[in-house]
Amino acid sequence: MSPDIFLQNVANSITLGSLYALIAIGYTMVYGIIRLINFAHADLLMVAAYIAFYGMLVFTLPWYISFAIAIVLTTLLGVTIERVAYRPLRSAPRISVLISAIGVSFLLQNLGIVALGARPKPFPRPDDLVWNIQLGNVSFLSLTILIPVVTIILLLMVTFMVKKTKMGIAMRAVSRDFETSSLMAVNVNKVIGATFAVGSALAAIGGIMWSMQYPQVDPLMGLFPGLKCFIAAVMGGIGSIPGAMIGGFILGICEVMLVAFMPELSGYRDAFAFVVLILILLFRPGGILGENVVEKV
Amino acid sequence: MLGLKRRNYVVLIAMVLIMSLLAVGCGGSQDQNAGQDAADSDVIKIGVFEPLTGVNAAGGQMTLEGIELAKEMYPEILGKKVEIVTVDNKSEKQEAANAVERLITQEKVNLIIGSYGSSLAMAGGPIAKREGTPVIGCSPTNPAVTLDNDFYFRVCFIDPFQGTVMSNYATETLGAKTAAIIQDVQQDYSVGLSNYFEKAFKATNGDAAIVAKLNYNTGDKDFSAQLTEVKSKNPDVIFAPGNFLECGILVAKARELGINVPILGGDTWEAEEFLNQVVDYQDIYFSTHFTAEEPVTEVSTTFLEAFAQKYPNKEVNAFAALGFDTYILAKDAIERANSADPQAIRDALAATSGFEGATGIITLDANGDATKTAVIKKVENGQFVYEAKVDPK
Repeated sequence: MSPDIFLQNVANSITLGSLYALIAIGYTMVYGIIRLINFAHADLLMVAAYIAFYGMLVFTLPWYISFAIAIVLTTLLGVTIERVAYRPLRSAPRISVLISAIGVSFLLQNLGIVALGARPKPFPRPDDLVWNIQLGNVSFLSLTILIPVVTIILLLMVTFMVKKTKMGIAMRAVSRDFETSSLMAVNVNKVIGATFAVGSALAAIGGIMWSMQYPQVDPLMGLFPGLKCFIAAVMGGIGSIPGAMIGGFILGICEVMLVAFMPELSGYRDAFAFVVLILILLFRPGGILGENVVEKV
Repeated sequence: MLGLKRRNYVVLIAMVLIMSLLAVGCGGSQDQNAGQDAADSDVIKIGVFEPLTGVNAAGGQMTLEGIELAKEMYPEILGKKVEIVTVDNKSEKQEAANAVERLITQEKVNLIIGSYGSSLAMAGGPIAKREGTPVIGCSPTNPAVTLDNDFYFRVCFIDPFQGTVMSNYATETLGAKTAAIIQDVQQDYSVGLSNYFEKAFKATNGDAAIVAKLNYNTGDKDFSAQLTEVKSKNPDVIFAPGNFLECGILVAKARELGINVPILGGDTWEAEEFLNQVVDYQDIYFSTHFTAEEPVTEVSTTFLEAFAQKYPNKEVNAFAALGFDTYILAKDAIERANSADPQAIRDALAATSGFEGATGIITLDANGDATKTAVIKKVENGQFVYEAKVDPK
């Protein structure tokens, strides 16, 4: 493999890995607080992409306003979902909430198909954000730099919020024990609502970045990133925010490098992702950073 | 929160969820004439199983538009009203098998039309064969669809021909000596067509002419690794047949990575979704079944006029033309059989010879396949442009 082809593969890995990481952070954050795998996370990503799409194309708003509206509306939707579909089940067995989450996911997908049509639409890439960069023989989109930067900023912001703010302290308390924290005057519903707000905003940003990288929106577009980023979150140790980031990058790098070094195995990429997951879980059952139970969000 | 109130919430949510599932699960179901014999009914029921949602949605919807157009023009066969029962196979093989099962056992249709996507057609085929109901495929091009199935017919050409056409075009017109192949390993269409292209290309350019053969899976979005590998092999052309969704992203990504060689594909590329992704690029070629620029029969002209009238805002496309042809061939076969009995329709279909359709003259061979002219189109200035026509030998 020549050096420029190798560098090209490195650029490809960073692009894919940082996208996985960005979406995985949302999964892991919600899981960390209420121990719920929010299956609707990936569909919130789709909703955000559609809102941004309609904002730019139908209402011809500038991209930054469309994106802001998409993030705000998706956050509201996420909080509403928690209020309507998860909160009433708070004292129900955990499996009921999980089923409810799967139900919400199907509901969003099918509402999308009925209301927006099943045929995919091309997502417009704002010229201010997306352009092609050519370095010698290596070419990549500006997103290869933008997405990791956004991911790291969000990672720092979420970590700061969880570690330093009052709400973050309440979140960590709730993640240990609902009942005891409510005895300590923590408003559990408010804290969980805030968690979903942040998680949904992360999904929205992930959805927008995803649609710029792969410029196509359709009602089932959440399936693929949902599955991959969930794997990434588990790999890194679900519940751990830096873990989600590490898991995302490992998954992205492994997928690209598998094809780069063993092109004849390129059809087994997804299988390979699961093999890596199983290997990691065999040696570290809690995921890479998952052992750190006490420090969970 | 009070226990009762909470329970109400739960019930409400459960109801909403169940209703959403029902709304989806029951799409397309019609009232049944249970127990009534298919042949004696005073309506003729034609079942359609097409992908109306999922990765192949555009293909199924374009085909359905053609079928509906034909039905509007010829609403009666043998003096009986035609009823079309549409079932969405959701671009999934299992759903395709279920759809055929339901059309035959519950809806008691006389004949079935479908499906876009060779894998979907192959999933439904064995059930139709078992139940003895004839099926006419609009656009599934994999040879295995009709092989060993006396009840499956199709109005399109098949992949050994399509693969050879593209190989010859690459060699003779584009002057290619080497090629790379990128295929979707989950689609029989993509794997089959890639193999026929490979065979034909190796026959003209030698065994070393295929410099790389890479795989991906349906639903993948990231092709950067495969394309980087192709880039390192520096082929003269890339052949990448597959679903329009994945291929749209794949072709655009190739250009972003600075791969500027011609990229070739098959008939599935003729979809707006594909074009939207590649509007800014050129040197993209694919084979298809029909073009408005070269109407081949009188029926082509009739079809083009009717299509423009019914769908004034839509581009005419090969899948609508094939859907149209399937319906009028079904009508012709039922009239020749002078009966709506599925076995009689099958026998009439098998004897189809010199039938004039919008996409050309259709004569079905022993396998139930049509031998027809292929059209090559390219992407130019953000549009599909007619490039050449290749007649079968």
